[in-house]
This record gives sequence, C-alpha cells and structure tokens, in this order.
Amino acid sequence: MKKTKTKKTLQHTFMIIFTLIMIYPLVWMVSSSLKESSSVFVDAHSLIPDGWHFENYLTGWKGFAGITFSTFFINSAIISVVATVGSIISSTFIAYGFARVKFAGKSVWFICMMLTMMLPFEMVMIPQYIMFNKFGWIDTYLPLILPTFFGIPFFIFLIMQFIRTIPTELDEAAKIDGCNSFQIFYRIIVPLIVPAMMTSAIFSFYWRWDDFMGPLIYLSTPEKYPVSLALKLFSDPNSVTNWGAMFAMSTLSILPIFVIFFVFQRYIVDGISTSGLKS
Amino acid sequence: MIPKKEEQNTANVKAASSKSTTKKYLKPLEPAQRKSKSNNKNATGYLFISPFLLGFFTLTIFPILYSLYLSFTDYDLMGTPNWIGLDNYVRMFTNDPTFWKSMEVTFFYAGVAVPIRLVFALLVAMALNKIVEMVGIYRTLLYLPSVVGGSIAVSIMWRQLFGNEGAFNSILSTLGLPTHSWLGDPDTAIWTLIVLYGWQFGSSMLIFLAGLRNIPKTYYEASSVDGAGPVKQFFIITIPLLTPVILFNTIMQVIQGFMAFTPSFVVTNGGPVNSTLLYVLYMYQRAFEYFDMGYASAMAWVMLIIIAIFTAVIFKSSPHWVHYESENK
Repeated sequence: MKKTKTKKTLQHTFMIIFTLIMIYPLVWMVSSSLKESSSVFVDAHSLIPDGWHFENYLTGWKGFAGITFSTFFINSAIISVVATVGSIISSTFIAYGFARVKFAGKSVWFICMMLTMMLPFEMVMIPQYIMFNKFGWIDTYLPLILPTFFGIPFFIFLIMQFIRTIPTELDEAAKIDGCNSFQIFYRIIVPLIVPAMMTSAIFSFYWRWDDFMGPLIYLSTPEKYPVSLALKLFSDPNSVTNWGAMFAMSTLSILPIFVIFFVFQRYIVDGISTSGLKS
Repeated sequence: MIPKKEEQNTANVKAASSKSTTKKYLKPLEPAQRKSKSNNKNATGYLFISPFLLGFFTLTIFPILYSLYLSFTDYDLMGTPNWIGLDNYVRMFTNDPTFWKSMEVTFFYAGVAVPIRLVFALLVAMALNKIVEMVGIYRTLLYLPSVVGGSIAVSIMWRQLFGNEGAFNSILSTLGLPTHSWLGDPDTAIWTLIVLYGWQFGSSMLIFLAGLRNIPKTYYEASSVDGAGPVKQFFIITIPLLTPVILFNTIMQVIQGFMAFTPSFVVTNGGPVNSTLLYVLYMYQRAFEYFDMGYASAMAWVMLIIIAIFTAVIFKSSPHWVHYESENK
C-alpha cells in the first residue's frame, strides 16, 4: 500500500515538473507581455512581471502604419469564419456521397481524395498562385477562401468515419417513408453528425486563423492583412523596440485559439483520436 | 460485444433483404429500366461529390500538371513561359549549392525532428496511460503547445526565447552555465527549430494514447503470468499493437517535416549562412523573391517525388512491421 503511494507521488511529481517545463514558454510569453518593455530581457526567464503593464496591450493594439489590430482581427475573423462555414458545408455533403451513396467509380475517387489529403499545399502553391494571378484575384481573399468551398479531404474523411457509425436502417426507414437521398442527408444524417462537423469546424478555424503562407503570398495591402501576417510585420526584429507590446499582441493573437480549445476540448480530443485510429 | 453482435445482425438482415429485393423486384425489371435506376444512383452520387471533383480537377490535377510544364520553362510571371527543357533540373542538381544545402538541412531536420517528436509522444502517452488521476489536466496542458504551435505568435516567441538575451540563456546563466548565441551559431540554429518541432508532440500523443487504450489489459495480465517484465511487454505487446497507429503518424509527420516553412521563415529566416534554410523556404524565396517560377516548380516536383518515394517505402514495408489484429479485420 505504502509502496504504491510513494510510487504514485513520484509519478505525479515527475509529470507535474514535465508539464510545467512544457508550458513554460507559453507562460513566459504571457508574462513578458506584462513586463515593462525595457525590462523584458532583464532576468528574462522570470515569469513574474515587475508590475502589471497592461498598457503594453494598448500600445500594441495601435498596430503600425496607422492600422490598428482591430482591422487585423476583423480580417482574420472574416477569412476564418467564411472559409470554415464553406469547408464544413461542402465536406459534409461530399462525405455523405462517399459514405452512403453507391455509384460507379466511387472507389477511384475515394483514392483520389485520400491522395489529395496527403498532398501538401506547398506542392501546388506556385501554379495556383499563377492561376489566381491570371484571374486578377491577387490581394483579395478569394484565393484564401474559395478553395475551401470544394471540401477539405481531412474533414471529408473525418465526417465519413462518423457517418459509418450510424446504422443504415435509419436511411432505409427514411427511404420507405419516401425520403430521397437529399432528404435523408439533411433530415437524418446531418443532425446525427453534428459532433464530427464541430470537430472539423474547430480544426478549420484553427488552420485558417494560423494560416500564414496563404496571406503572405496573396495579400499585399496592409489593410487586408490577417493577424498572422500583421504580427510578423509588427515583430520584425529590425524595427521592434517595444518588446512588451510585441508579446502582448502575440498573446492576443492566440487568444481565440485558446478560448475555443478550452470550450470545445472534447471535440478536438475525440477528433484527433479517431482520425489516427481508423485509418 | 453487444454492438458487434448488433452490427452482425444488421449485416445479415441487410444481406438477406437486399437478396430478396433482388429476387422479387429487380429481376423482373427490363434491362433499360434497371439501367436508368443505376444511372439515377450514379447521378446522385456524383452530385454529392461534385464539389470535391471540381476542386480536385481545378485546384489539384490542373495545378500539378501545370507545375510539371512550368518546371521545363523559364518564367518570371511576365509574358509567357519560355521552354528550356531540362535546364532547371540540370541547374538544380549541378550548379546550385544552395539547393543542396536546403536539401541537406531539410533531411537533417525531418530525420531528427520527426523521430524525436514520435518517441516523445509515445513515451508521454505511455506515462499518461499509467496514471489514473488528473490525466485530463496533464493531457490538456501537454496538448496546448500543439494547439498554438502553428501560429506566428509561437514562432516569434521562440525567436525571443532562444535569442541572446532570451529566457533560455537567462536560465543557463542563473544556473551558472555558459550562455550561447543559439540562433547566431550555424551549428545550433537548426536545433532551436528541431526543439520547436518536438515540443509540439500533442497530436501524436493523443493518437498514441487512444491506441494504447485500445490494447486489452488482459494481454498484459497474461504475459505477466508468463513472466514477462515491463520492458519485454513493451516490445512484445505495446509496440506491435501500436504499429498501425505508428504507421499513420510516421507518414503524416514525415510529410509535415519536409514541408515545414513558418518556423524557419520567422525564427531564423534561413540563416545564419543558410544553416536553417528549409526546402520550402528556399522554394518560396525562388518563387516569390526571385520570381523564378520555373525553377521553383521544378523544386516542387523534386520534393513531390521524394515524398512519394518515402510514402511508398513506408507503405510497402508496412506488411513487415505493421501488425493488424486479425479479430479487427
């Protein structure tokens, strides 16, 4: 009895120390955002600010070139929300087709979809850029948002896995009641796969919010920048003098992600666990 | 047990019903009628996956082929692409030391960072699997770095963390250890990126944890009756049963490792002396700083082939090391 207790205490002590080391950088970022700019790098490792300098947040919010972070946050929100809504609607639609409708050539297209899932964006980035350039879409949100409306393979796959767990009797019962495929889709399936759609929506929001390369190559007017790109400019090592403000804006930029994570944690954990197992 | 049985019943019922429908209704149908029915189904199916098909052809197939064409041209976005045959590839392999440098850096980065992340994720998942209380809290906190890891904010923070006056050096000097210019030294700069990659082990950890929970406890009990210790159990039970999960993780992580861009762009911008010039960063520079679209497309194709070979090797070798439980099949 005693032995297992000491063992447990040891285990927990070890895990607590390990966890603290792992989250130290994040805590350090938040604490640095509250330090006075000139003292960020005095006893840099310290997690206790020399005072609570919330004015860093006000200074930082003013942004650069007369554009405040309000603009950048609104831009990010627009891109992330529109792209997320688009990708979830289309991915759900496509997933239903793959999971429930039998049609010729389905397995071929399914393999194509899985291959697309493994194909990194960077591989098609240059031709896509040239394409969108020809369309005159450079410096607009279209190249960032429109592609998501064709469905995201990862979400299609995730939602498909979820649809497969729904008994097909439900579909058949609905069919007997006179529903066609579309009615089965939105009356029976959609209400049952909300959790999978939520998981996908959360991931989509994260990816769009964090997306850096897309805005970097497509956007050139600072007024249109999302937070990620604006932050990069704001933190340019050659021009930053106000370190506190830089940390403050960095912290704020990941705040939406933190909030969503803590509110919807369950969906994320479930989503990742299933995506990895059922392959 | 119960759901499995139910599933089986469902399957039986389904098979039976579909058989009887075939007998009763489908057979008497005229061939033309039958055809129209399956055509109908095909139309519905294709309608549902039409967004994917549209995207697949316009945003994947066409760009890939276009990029293949561009890789044989000289194109700076002005005018029309100029066909130069294999020149880009020849220049890349014989006359561009920076290309080889970026290749070397990327292979080193992926080769070190991916195993570190996977091993780390597995060890932490195993530790979490042993603990009963507070698992939720540990899991949440340890997953946090992965949640925010892709953001620019974290890369910026990393740059300060390992900067000359950053927290890491400050910790070292408090401990009485020598400080170092981590980002300024070509030998250590890449390690700051590797540590950044390894630090975000959360997703892999969650996948491993779910995999570990799927291993029946009875296996361990039976083997310890047979006298197997924890180390032996790890190698004869845990690892073999986790191999499907390891396979999935390895493929995804290797691709992600090869494609890393943001960390090297923000933390070190490829320097010092190209010691952290990851492949995608160099490709980005070629395309969007030098507007050398043909050359950058050729680079993309080289990487595509490398990734395809890697994935094929991992898949092809998988029958030798991936263990699928027969009862799940």
